[in-house]
Amino acid sequence: MFKGAKSQERVSSILINGSLVIICLLWIIPVFGLLVSSFRDRFDIATSGWWTIFPHREWVKTAELDPKTLGVDPNSVMTIEGATGTFEEFRAGIEEDGVRVQWVGNKRLGKVEVQQMEWTTRAKLTTENYANVLTGKRYTFTDENGNEKEVQGDNLGGAFLNSIGVTIPATVIPILIAAFAAYGFAWMQFPGRRLFFITLIALLVVPLQISLVPILRDYTRLGLNGTYLAIWLAHTGFGLPLATYLLYNYVSQLPRDILESAFIDGASHFTVFTRLILPLSFPALASFAIFQFLWVWNDYLVALIFIGDNPALKLLTMRLVDVVGSRGNDWHLLTAAAFVTMILPMTVFLSMQRYFVRGLLAGSVKG
Amino acid sequence: MNTTQDNSQAGLSFFETAPGKLLVSLGGLIATIVFLVWGFGFLRAAEVPLYVMTPFAILWGVGGIAMLYTFGNMFIEQMPQVITARVQPYLFVGPAVLILFWYLAFPTIRTLWISAFSNAGGPPAAVWASPAEGGGWDNFSKEFSENFVGLDNYAQIFSGENNNMRIAFRNNLYWILFGASSSVIMGLLIAVLADRSKFENVAKAIVFLPMAISFVGAGVIWNFIYEYRPSGESQIGLANAILTLFGAEPTTFAQNVGLPWGLNNIFLIIIVIWLQTGYAMVLFSSAIKGIPSELLEAARVDGANEVQIFFRIMIPVIWGTIITVTTTVVIFTLKVFDVVWVMTGGQFDTQVIGTQFYRESFTSGNSGTGSALAIILLLAVVPVMIYNLRDFSKRRTF
Repeated sequence: MFKGAKSQERVSSILINGSLVIICLLWIIPVFGLLVSSFRDRFDIATSGWWTIFPHREWVKTAELDPKTLGVDPNSVMTIEGATGTFEEFRAGIEEDGVRVQWVGNKRLGKVEVQQMEWTTRAKLTTENYANVLTGKRYTFTDENGNEKEVQGDNLGGAFLNSIGVTIPATVIPILIAAFAAYGFAWMQFPGRRLFFITLIALLVVPLQISLVPILRDYTRLGLNGTYLAIWLAHTGFGLPLATYLLYNYVSQLPRDILESAFIDGASHFTVFTRLILPLSFPALASFAIFQFLWVWNDYLVALIFIGDNPALKLLTMRLVDVVGSRGNDWHLLTAAAFVTMILPMTVFLSMQRYFVRGLLAGSVKG
Repeated sequence: MNTTQDNSQAGLSFFETAPGKLLVSLGGLIATIVFLVWGFGFLRAAEVPLYVMTPFAILWGVGGIAMLYTFGNMFIEQMPQVITARVQPYLFVGPAVLILFWYLAFPTIRTLWISAFSNAGGPPAAVWASPAEGGGWDNFSKEFSENFVGLDNYAQIFSGENNNMRIAFRNNLYWILFGASSSVIMGLLIAVLADRSKFENVAKAIVFLPMAISFVGAGVIWNFIYEYRPSGESQIGLANAILTLFGAEPTTFAQNVGLPWGLNNIFLIIIVIWLQTGYAMVLFSSAIKGIPSELLEAARVDGANEVQIFFRIMIPVIWGTIITVTTTVVIFTLKVFDVVWVMTGGQFDTQVIGTQFYRESFTSGNSGTGSALAIILLLAVVPVMIYNLRDFSKRRTF
């Protein structure tokens, strides 16, 4: 009986851990494939899947023959290396006794390859893709046909700096304003307190699409379109309800007697706020900071509308969309570019996951 | 609370006396306002390189606002105590309230108003343009010069003739039906599995990781997975490689308009499931950990099996969390834009309200129709808004 229960436990443990492993693989493989691909050689990535970097069996060229020296006529039935067939059959590859003979290329310039099934990898890795997408300089490469080509780099390095320039102020400014407001709502009495806070709660879930057209009109009138100021203020505005709400929840839960004893000692609201509340609220400030950081960094819509086409101010997400548009099939560049946009938020996220989760649990959901 | 009461003591310098403080705070306030206005112009001009702009922006934004609060507070505290107590709260909440009204509250009304006008009309002119060109402060408050059409924009959106809109609404329904529900169910499943596994934290971190990835980045990741090569060529996209491995024909997935009922949308929806399941999982995981272990033990002693425990105990106990997560995920999927925009540009019958809104408002110049769509999005979240407000009014603090 006891033994039976134990083996049943083992079966369920295998089932649980097994299905979890499968789910985790499903979740990590997309990112892993991208990471691997971003380091692969441009020719390899265009002709084989990223998983071929792992050992696998495939036809490997053991000899290459020039059809001209063989003296065969591609327009009739040929016999090469013991295989007989038409040009079309050779193009597909003729297999005999574990050897495949394949015509690679066109009739006039092509070569004949003798191939054998072997264990192999296609693990030619390079950092060239990153060098090419990061700078805005022109670089040259040799394409599949042996021609030298010159291409403009994608200048993601510049866009990376732009994104930092947008994200830091757009994270810090709303926190400061929201912290003051949270304290005011939590610890001060004034006419309008309830009305303002109700407005704030109602605005929590308002989709930001509602603001885009009117704010764009204001910005046009104020001459703010296409400036960083426009986007900092926009993110401040859109982030404020959540920031204030989160910080209010935290600040209003702080023990009342700490504040009261400070007031009895003659401290003013301002002193209590700066000396006591701000340091005590660090966890809440941190969780909102991560939230807003990720939100602004990953944002595309707000940047698209308020920065628009100004090439000097493009952010990473916008640049990446441009790269998708202009180099839709150059996967060596696209994968590297995508990874450049992801590296900072992933680092921040993984190193500060604790605060992020805390923020989520406190109701960090943005409209 | 009044810091000025002891300033009659001897031995204090001028700046520590009441008039001194008043002077300092006034000077500081003026300096702050000059700095903020000047910085605004400097940043708007954007004539210096970004590595100068960014630190300056932080200094301007954070420093300027901190100065405003500090000197403003100093000034208020020099006033008679009655006035201080009256005015100080507005110093604390004022800036936030102003910004909220400018960026969210008024725009809601303005968008509603714009949605009642026909579409024609160019962008407004800058304030300093001549009034004849539509500039000047007199024109500032005008939203447009178009014709009032009442509810026509809405009627046009919902009329059967507008096939684009009909498909967009159908797709949004798919997004909510398949996307939101799958995220919630997967999140719950993974939370339960992880709770009993030995590598809980690693598993949760992996599923959670896509939350840090932008929609645009995720679009590239999945475009690569869905990459199509004609039959016979070696497939470099994982999805088609798997398909061809089982002898099926390669397909273009999200761009495949040949699928019945617009099922190509599913391949876009998968991306968002991948992105937001982590959110659901984290919330469920913490809710599951909050279930009292005695409750589970008692059920086990009574002979309940794990499936029964899951449906009869866990689900009812965490029901509140399930509702919260579902609402959030539904709101999120309702507004989906970036993924569709990057993957298909809203073509191949994959348009949603979010992409139609963008197209109408910002590329076709139909701000009337665009605003009507924004209002429709808003109406969809009104029940949540009402719930939040009712929940709030139950609290004793207000």
